[in-house]
Amino acid sequence: MTMQVGLAYHRWRKFKSLIMSVVSFVCALLVIAPLGLVLFYLIKAGANAVNWNFFTQLPKSVGESGGGMANAIVGTLVLLGLASVIGVPIGVLGGVYLCEYGSDKANWWIRFGADILNGVPSIVWGIVAYALVVIPMKGFSAFAGGVALGFMMIPLIMRTTEEVLLLVPNGYREAALALGISRWRVIVRIVMKTAFKGIITGVLLAAARIAGETAPLLFTAFGNRYWTHNLANPISALPLQIFTYAISPYDDWHRQAWAGALVLILMVLVINVGVRFLTRERLSETGR
Amino acid sequence: MIPHLLEKHRETRAMNSPRPRGSASASNMPEHQGEAPSADKSAPAAFLINRLNAWFGQLQALCDVNLQIPSTAVTAIIGPSGCGKSTFLRCLNRMHELVRGARLEGEVRLFGENIYAPQVDATLIRRRVGMVFQKSNPFPTMTIGENVTVGLRLNGIRSRAVLAERMETALQMAALWDEVKDRLNKPGLSLSGGQQQRLCIARALAVQPDVLLMDEPASALDPIATMKIEELIQQLKKTYTIVIVTHNMQQAARCSDFTAFFYLGRLIELDDTEKMFTNPTNKQTEDYVTGRFG
Repeated sequence: MTMQVGLAYHRWRKFKSLIMSVVSFVCALLVIAPLGLVLFYLIKAGANAVNWNFFTQLPKSVGESGGGMANAIVGTLVLLGLASVIGVPIGVLGGVYLCEYGSDKANWWIRFGADILNGVPSIVWGIVAYALVVIPMKGFSAFAGGVALGFMMIPLIMRTTEEVLLLVPNGYREAALALGISRWRVIVRIVMKTAFKGIITGVLLAAARIAGETAPLLFTAFGNRYWTHNLANPISALPLQIFTYAISPYDDWHRQAWAGALVLILMVLVINVGVRFLTRERLSETGR
Repeated sequence: MIPHLLEKHRETRAMNSPRPRGSASASNMPEHQGEAPSADKSAPAAFLINRLNAWFGQLQALCDVNLQIPSTAVTAIIGPSGCGKSTFLRCLNRMHELVRGARLEGEVRLFGENIYAPQVDATLIRRRVGMVFQKSNPFPTMTIGENVTVGLRLNGIRSRAVLAERMETALQMAALWDEVKDRLNKPGLSLSGGQQQRLCIARALAVQPDVLLMDEPASALDPIATMKIEELIQQLKKTYTIVIVTHNMQQAARCSDFTAFFYLGRLIELDDTEKMFTNPTNKQTEDYVTGRFG
């Protein structure tokens, strides 16, 4: 009799196990389902509006059909460049400090601060840049947008840089120091060189992360409908243009908003695939 | 060929970088319990270690170590795991202080100069006291040739002629030149394990140190590669002071002139290698070298 109870119990357990694996598999599908949905809708709604003009022409004025987002695409790249000028050196050197110099206690506080900064809502960065740049300069500007995005990059890059530097085996540091090479040169020429691809990966991921930010640009870069030749003037960006077009009442603008969203997500996708490529190459090189 | 190279190496070193050699005269030499008895008294000691204590945080790794290490000879450091051998070695080129929470008291004199004096730059000491590690560690971003010259290049030597010459000399001394001369531009990691370790030795020799510290240099290698490293040590000791930490007592017996036995952070005995392995004074040494413990 005890044998029969045992069998029944065993069957019940097997049944529960089956249910759980099905549920977790469905959840795993649901995780990637939005990606499929997003791509499907973007391609369906945006692909027919993406054409040569979209990449080469300025927006047409209200009522005229056609035109493109050339200024917004370039503007996004300009803003990414400005943000990198601020975010990359500070973030990378901050990561170097965390990994190579800082005391345990200082590092705990810095990491804690960086993690909080990573969680700050992006519109807050817009407000900060507004107060720091827009008000003193008495106007919206590309600089202000770059500052807002650059601030967002700093903690992202700092943490990834720290992590990849920690992956460099300590034996390389010791070997270099034992040759009588000064600490700073060891860090720059040996440690950072060894982790170079990892650092670049972190920078690219941070760039991909901020490329689509809209909120920090609303009252910093502000956006416009023509070419910006002076970085002290407002500049357009893809997310801003998408936002403006999506809330407009015109069908033609809606189509262009879809196209802009498709181009933006393709830019981010290209960066991410590039990162995959970089990291895969690194794995095979040190795969011994 | 190799002895000739070593002489040349010495000469260029003397010409290029005359170094202050403090005179370790007998009068200011304190008594050392670990003084090697049959060491040639006329040759200056490479290291004089006086009341050396070292800690990792609260843990004391070395207790009151006094000894002297003769120049142009091989001194082996033996002892069971955790006895402080490696810590001792790392105190000789100021690598111990790189570990977080590590500290040290006492005096280490390198050819008479206290390397822990406040005005002494650890970087300069490490240029004079080279080190080879247990695990071979050629820099993965560099070619074979770049690995050898890295210590020179990052210390400001730019002349290609000088770099090429020093690279060849160092690789010859490390008995690696013939194996790699046709592929100096291949990555350092493309070499076999034993070759990588000799590459690391060449890298350490290229900066022309006075002393070479070796922390179990052959423990990760097969017997043939180990034999090559040991032959190399026999060549190098003609001009270099070598201190080698080893787990392998046969290795210590084969390739060292003096042997120091450490146990629980203390120096138990230092003597001629032959005497240490045949007729040690201390009971603990005898038990260890005969394999009764450790």
